[in-house]
Amino acid sequence: MNFEFSDEARAVQAEARRFFGERCPRPLVRHAVEGEQAAAAPLWRELGTLGYLAAGIDAEHGGQGLGLPERCLICEEAGRALAPLPLVAHWTAVTAIARHGSAAQRARWLPPLADGSIIATCTLAPAGAGPGVDSPCRLEHDLVTGTRQPVEAGAGAGLVVLQAHAPDGLCLVLVELAQAAVERTVVPMIDPSRPHARLTFRGARAERLGAAGAGAALADGLRDHAAILTGFCQLGGADAALAMARDYALERYAFGRVIGGYQAIKHKLVDVYVRNEIARGHCYYGAWSLATDAPETPAAAAGARLAATRAFSFAAQENVQVHGGLGFTWEADCHLYYRRARLLALVDAPLDAWRERLVDAMATPAPDAALAQVA
Amino acid sequence: MDFNDTPAEAAFRAEVRRWLAANAPPADALGYDAAALPAARAWQARKAAAGYAAITWPVALGGRGGRTIEEVIYRQEESRYGFPGSHFAIGLGICLPTLMSYATPEQVARHVRPALYGEEIWCQLFSEPAAGSDVAGIRTRAQRDGEDWVVNGQKCWTSGAEYADFGLLLARTDAGVPKHRGLTVFFVDMKSPGIRVRPIRQSDGGSEFSEVFFTDLHIPDCQRLGGVGEGWKVVLTTLMHERNLVGGNKMWPTPAEVLDMTSRLTLDRAPASRDLRVRARIADWEVDHRGLVYLYYRALTSLGRGQAPGPEQALHKLVSCSQGQEIACFLMDLMGPAGAMAPAALGSAWASVEKTWWWSSAQRIAGGTDEILKNIIAERVLGLPADVRVDKDVPFSELAEIQRRTA
Repeated sequence: MNFEFSDEARAVQAEARRFFGERCPRPLVRHAVEGEQAAAAPLWRELGTLGYLAAGIDAEHGGQGLGLPERCLICEEAGRALAPLPLVAHWTAVTAIARHGSAAQRARWLPPLADGSIIATCTLAPAGAGPGVDSPCRLEHDLVTGTRQPVEAGAGAGLVVLQAHAPDGLCLVLVELAQAAVERTVVPMIDPSRPHARLTFRGARAERLGAAGAGAALADGLRDHAAILTGFCQLGGADAALAMARDYALERYAFGRVIGGYQAIKHKLVDVYVRNEIARGHCYYGAWSLATDAPETPAAAAGARLAATRAFSFAAQENVQVHGGLGFTWEADCHLYYRRARLLALVDAPLDAWRERLVDAMATPAPDAALAQVA
Repeated sequence: MDFNDTPAEAAFRAEVRRWLAANAPPADALGYDAAALPAARAWQARKAAAGYAAITWPVALGGRGGRTIEEVIYRQEESRYGFPGSHFAIGLGICLPTLMSYATPEQVARHVRPALYGEEIWCQLFSEPAAGSDVAGIRTRAQRDGEDWVVNGQKCWTSGAEYADFGLLLARTDAGVPKHRGLTVFFVDMKSPGIRVRPIRQSDGGSEFSEVFFTDLHIPDCQRLGGVGEGWKVVLTTLMHERNLVGGNKMWPTPAEVLDMTSRLTLDRAPASRDLRVRARIADWEVDHRGLVYLYYRALTSLGRGQAPGPEQALHKLVSCSQGQEIACFLMDLMGPAGAMAPAALGSAWASVEKTWWWSSAQRIAGGTDEILKNIIAERVLGLPADVRVDKDVPFSELAEIQRRTA
C-alpha cells in the first residue's frame, strides 16, 4: 500500500506553496476581485518560466520532468492561494490536444502552452439552463458558429477547445480566438478574480480534435480530468478557509475567552476538517487514477468533484460564520473564499450529474473490496 | 502510488490466507454471546498456537514480534470470513498491554498465556453510571486496609463481565485531591467475593453489557498497576492501546448494498433504485464511504512505513455511525408506514436495517461520543483550546458543592 505522493512530487508541492505564498498573497487576490486583472499576468508568466505550466506535458513538447501528480499538487497550492489564474481550463485544453490532437497539432500548440506564452481554455459544460445563455456550436466546412458563455479567460486566451455539432456527429474542435469571426465580451462574474467571457463564433476557422463523432466520449474524459484538478484547487481553498477560521477563532475574544475555546466553534471547525479530509482522500485517489490512466477514473472524478465541492463550499461558508459580522464586510477576506467556492462549484456539469456518474460506477468496486469492508 | 502490498507484506498475506483457508471455522460456528464461548476459545487457541493471536507482541511473551501492518493484514484476511466480534479483543487489545507496562514480570508471565489462548477473558471496568465521557469523575472507592484495598461502588457498560475471569479496574483512592490525581488502577479476579454482575437491558431489548457492583471487594495491593494516585496515567496508556486498533468490523450496509436493497423497493411504481432522489442520497453516502476507505489507505501507508497513523480512526467513527443512522431511517422511510413494522413481520432480511437503526445510535456513544471525539480532534489536530474545567483544581470531595453552585 503506497497511497502517498512521491518525495519528489511533495518537494515540488512545497516549492509551489512557497511560490504562491510569496507571489500570490491575499492582497493580490483582492486586487483581482476589485477588477485589477492585470495583477495576475506576471504570476502566469512566472509559472511558465519556472516550468510549472509544463507539468504533465512530455519532454518532446516542452515538458520539464513534472508529471500529472505534480499538476494536481500545483493545483492544490494555487487553490490554497486563491490564485486568480485559469490553470484548470488551460491544462484541460492541454490534455485535449495531447490526447486527441494530431502530431502536427501537438507540435504546434503544446510548446507555447507549456511555457505559458499562449493561454488556452476550454468549454465542455452542457448548455446552460437559463434563457438565451448559450446557443449550441455547429461545425460546417471547418467553420464554427454559435455562442458559449461563461468561458474562463475567454478574453485573454489564444485558443479554446469546445464541442461542436458536425454533420457526422458531435466533435471536439480547436479554435484560435484572435480572429475577426470571434467576438469576445467580458461577462461579470460572482468571482471577478477569475474573468470569463462570452464567445460568439460567426463562422470562425476551427480544427477538429480527435475522431469524428467521438466528441461526447472525449469530452467526458476531459471533464473527468478537469474535475480532479478542480478538486485539488477546492481542497487547497478549503484548507485555507479552515486555517483562516481557526486563526480567527484563536484571536477573537467573546464572553471572556477566545471563541475557539467554545464547543460551538470547536465542533463546527471539526465538521469542516472532516469534510476536508474526506475530500483529500478522494483527490489523492483522483490523482492516482489520472497518473495511471485507470479505468476507475470516471468514479474517481465524480467522487473528487462531489467531496471537494462540498468541502470548499462548507469551509468557505463556515469561515464567514466564525468571523461573525466582520465576515460580511468587504474588508475581511472571507468573501474571497466564499466567491471562489461558489464559482468552482459551478464550473462544469451540475453536481447531480456527478452523483449520477458515481452511482453508475458503484457496480465497480474500489481497488480492493475486502479492504473497503474493514475500513 | 499503488495499492499493492510490498513483497514482504504480500508474502505474509499469502501465508495468512493459506493458514486461514486450512484452519478457520465456519462463521456460523462463532457468536458473540456466552453460549458461543467454547467454539470461540477453541478458535482463539488455534490462532495463538499459530502465532496470529498477538502479532505485534514480543516473541518472549508469546507474540510474533511482528509489525502493526502485519496485524492489519491478518485482520483484513480474517474479516473475509465474517466472524462476529471477538470475546478476547478487550483483553488482548487493552488489558494485557497495560499489564505489560505496569505489572511485575511474574504477573505478566502468569496472565499472558491464558489470555492469548482464550483460556481467560478480561474486561475493562472504567465507565460508571455517573462517569462516561468524564471517566476521571468515577466514584467507585478503594480504601487501603493493611495489605489489601477494599472496593465499593458500581461500574456499567462492561462488555463480557458475565463471563470475564479478570478485570482492569479504575477506582478512586483519594477524594481529597482534584479528580485526575486521586485515581488508581488495579486488576481484579472477577470470581472474587464482593462482585455481582447484572446484565443491562438495552433500548433495543437485548443484553450485551453488564453492570458490575462491588461490595467490600478485597484486592491485594500487589494487583495495583502503577502508583497510588497515578491511575490517570495508566488510563491514558490503555486508551492509547485502544486507539492503535486500526480498522474494525463492518457495521452497516454499505451504500452499494443500500442501492441493491432499494432495487427491491418500489417508488412511484418503479424500483426505488432508479429514482433520482434515491440515487442522489446514495451518491452522497458513497462519497463519505469511499472517502473513509481512502483515508484508511492513507493510514495503512503510514503503518507500512512504520509511522503512526493520524486521526483517521476518530474520523471514521464520526462519519460512519451517523451514516448508519441516516441509512436505516432512509430505508424505513422508503417503506412508508410498513417501515415501522418489526423484522418479525417484515422478514429476516429486514433485521439488518433495524439492527443498524439501533446500533448506529449506540455506536455514536460507545468508545468516545461524537462530542468527545470532536473535542479531541479540535484540541489535538486543530490546536484549539481545551474546554473550561470548573472541576480542575477542586478536590473531588468538594465537586458536589461546585455542581450545586454552577447549576
